[in-house]
Amino acid sequence: MSKKGLHVKIGELKSDLGLIKNLELSVGRIVEEKWAEPMGPTPFPSLTTLREWDMKLLQRYKPFYLPFCDVCCLCTFGKCDLTGGKRGACGIDMAAQQSRIVLLACCIGAATHTGHARHLVEHLIEKYGRRMPLDVGGLNIQVEAPVTRLVCGVKPETLGDLEDILDYVETQITHCLSVCHTGQEGNNLDFESKVFQVGMLDHVGMEVADIAQIAAYNFPKGDPDAPLVDLGYGTVNIEKPVILCIGHNVVPSVGIIDYMKENGLDGEIEVCGLCCTAHDITRYYNRGKIIGPISWQLRFIRSGVPDVVVLDEQCIRTDALYEAQRIKAPVIVASEKNCMGLPNRTNDPADAIVEDLVSGKALGALILDPEKVGEVAVKVALKVAPLRKKFKAIPEVDEVLQKAKECRQCGDCRRACPQDLHIPEAMKVAMEGSLAKLADLYDLCVGCGRCEEACPAGLQVHSFIVKAGEKKLKEETYKVRAGRGPIQDVEIRNVGSPIVLGEIPGVVAFVGCANYPNGGLEVAEMVREFASRRYIVVTSGCAAMTAGMYRNEEGKTPYEEFTGEFTAGGLVNVGSCVANAHIAGAAIKIANIFAKRNLRANYEEIADYILNRVGAVGVAWGAYSQKAASIAAGFWRLGVPVIVGPHGIKYRRMLLGRADREEDWYVYDARTGEKVYVGPAPEHLFYAAETKEEAMVMIAKLCMRPNDTTKGRAIKLTHYIDLHKRLYGTMPEDIHRFVRTVADIPVTMKDEIVKILEEKGWKETVIPDPTLLPRLIRKKKE
Amino acid sequence: MAAEPWQTAEIPGPKKASVITKPEVVVAMIKRAQHPVLVVGHKAAEIDFDGGKLVDFVIGFAKKSGIPVVATAHMIGEFTKRGFKPAAFMPAVDIGNRLVDPSWTGVDGKGQHDLALFVGLYYYMEWTILSGLKHFAKHLKTISLDNVYHPHASWSFPNLSHEEWVKNLKVILEKV
Repeated sequence: MSKKGLHVKIGELKSDLGLIKNLELSVGRIVEEKWAEPMGPTPFPSLTTLREWDMKLLQRYKPFYLPFCDVCCLCTFGKCDLTGGKRGACGIDMAAQQSRIVLLACCIGAATHTGHARHLVEHLIEKYGRRMPLDVGGLNIQVEAPVTRLVCGVKPETLGDLEDILDYVETQITHCLSVCHTGQEGNNLDFESKVFQVGMLDHVGMEVADIAQIAAYNFPKGDPDAPLVDLGYGTVNIEKPVILCIGHNVVPSVGIIDYMKENGLDGEIEVCGLCCTAHDITRYYNRGKIIGPISWQLRFIRSGVPDVVVLDEQCIRTDALYEAQRIKAPVIVASEKNCMGLPNRTNDPADAIVEDLVSGKALGALILDPEKVGEVAVKVALKVAPLRKKFKAIPEVDEVLQKAKECRQCGDCRRACPQDLHIPEAMKVAMEGSLAKLADLYDLCVGCGRCEEACPAGLQVHSFIVKAGEKKLKEETYKVRAGRGPIQDVEIRNVGSPIVLGEIPGVVAFVGCANYPNGGLEVAEMVREFASRRYIVVTSGCAAMTAGMYRNEEGKTPYEEFTGEFTAGGLVNVGSCVANAHIAGAAIKIANIFAKRNLRANYEEIADYILNRVGAVGVAWGAYSQKAASIAAGFWRLGVPVIVGPHGIKYRRMLLGRADREEDWYVYDARTGEKVYVGPAPEHLFYAAETKEEAMVMIAKLCMRPNDTTKGRAIKLTHYIDLHKRLYGTMPEDIHRFVRTVADIPVTMKDEIVKILEEKGWKETVIPDPTLLPRLIRKKKE
Repeated sequence: MAAEPWQTAEIPGPKKASVITKPEVVVAMIKRAQHPVLVVGHKAAEIDFDGGKLVDFVIGFAKKSGIPVVATAHMIGEFTKRGFKPAAFMPAVDIGNRLVDPSWTGVDGKGQHDLALFVGLYYYMEWTILSGLKHFAKHLKTISLDNVYHPHASWSFPNLSHEEWVKNLKVILEKV
């Protein structure tokens, strides 16, 4: 896609046709077409373009609202009591209010990724030029931006092309955000439709961000053999100066790595990261270290290991500056979005900033030039490390045992703990001289620090837990495959058929944050279970790290145990949060590359295809953020169900199907136009599971799709029934809803299932060419 | 009687659960209900109760009261192990979603329920589901049998010590 601005002004033109005076013609852009695929029906969709599709989904997957509180407090009329069907001063009811809050959360999430994308694109254009080609995988990846092609109907080829796409996304997010204003939208389903819109936009923003950085920084380009990189506290060489980068935007980290390399300091300093910046550091520099997910922030900073803390943007503890001060580590903030109250030193000489930070004259500095961040961070790390001597904020064992005696056993710590951890009991044991119970809490703690805020005696409860669990922390030495980015076209060709026919039982994506109900081990267990069952398992973000923090009986982490290919039994780490777009992209590419459906601006048809044929499920077991909400929303509109862990219920709204309402589960058979019952496949679109066991059973169930062949359905049913029997101790009671013909029945369970079908009065149905879109019916009913 | 939510920051709003000051209140509510249901979360298999687990109490209570039980998460296995067959098993969000639908025929096909008792879910899951029911299931009263205050229920115990809670539930079992 290349474009030019055009402005024509004609003062006076005489011709045979007549006289033209003062004609002025402006054209914002002329798109030079190189893409032969015809434009589809919905390029650059506005707020209502895809509303009908949304309503089809919302008709089947109705919202179940779970208000966090009874009131609305968004305007000065409020607070308004919305209990018992009351409407607020503006007229809004509780259903609309809840959907408004969901929309607000998704707008925040989408704006965050898109703001990140805009910063990256502008920075990379400044550095590499507008014409830099978007090579994200050479000949292996011809469909380089499937989400953007699908949504916008354009094919970006250069960094400069991404600017127009971001213009569209930003405009639409602004419109969606404006919908949240008092007195705009009043209907909950229309709010929900806009939630889907902003989720879809979020995936475009994420895709833009990731393909820009892959191309410009030469990250792994869809490489199944991307290097295995170090993961965990124990992988950091604490004898060296350590620079810790926290956040999501890798630009300042690149500045650090480049400076180090250019000055022969590669290997002299440890560069490590927390949260998604860590992923992207290792995509750029395979000697970088990933400490762990977002919840490791407090424990790692307080450990005293980092000599300099560099903050970019998103998911950073807002008290990171304070925590770094406690260990005498200078802080560099490198994003306009996260200035932390520090003076802007961007235009000061690097050495002057270094001097102030090393001497302690300044506790931190805002530096908005990533190259300068690199120089300052490296120089400060080298000078500060011998002075700090890894000064830490975690007390020694004796001090913990002594301080524990001050515990009043009031229970406020437990009542503040999101996990309801039995902290008072552990403190009581500590008072008696043992840290064993506190150590038990280490694996379950999400690292929020609310226990300390609540403690009336001012005890550093979280630090006590970390000290008690120190041995485990120091033994965290794992491997994770560096984020590979997109899925190759050839991989899609290879797996497209078995996925769509159901012979690969599903694609399960473990994504999102680290607000786990019972520690991260559950994620690793689920990953291993489904990869071993030869599902295609995909990971990203904090979940990708968590999945790696586990070893099997042979001492291998999941990334060492399973191949990095997008294939049955593969475990594919796509990368950081913004790389989530490649998961949606893979589903889209199945419809396009394998099924030859037109991709260009053809959203409804592709989403209909995915909903009915691609057995993909997202699992965000520790989802906490607004970004996670918008990422999920992008999957919903595309027809991909999302399971969240129990904390995810706090997103205030589920999208649940009703398996017991037969009328909800009819599709058109595109061959005949007949309406055919296909069972609740997939049963839910957004759903919070209470336990890991429940999630695992539901993952297997949600992978079923109306289009499954009999062989494919039998395979999927085998996994569903097997997991159900193992984890629930019983046969599922809804098998009759998923068996369409006798051939669907797994051979090894035939007698048992036939008996159940007879008891349920089951009747055979046909397997249609399923669609929810009447326009796709090839033969109209007479 | 005022009661504090178990999780300090979980402030609900103007409509808060009436506090169960004595266990007989629960018994009276159950007896008054036409079609109650008991929703049991996975923690019932983890929480100690009088030498056994909470699920053991639940089974005795369900048998004596005749209230149909819905097992959430993987609780069905725990019930089955103990030789008890719940009326249904389904995810917690599913039973919540069905309870808001006035046209749902209930776990036993006898019509929508008018009273739902909850026990053994994560506090925050029960909190949010009870809130959904408070706002969107006008036909339904809810009771939390947990030992912590659930302000979104119609009726809830205050935050109780384990011993007091066990004592209360035993009275309910005796009198139901």
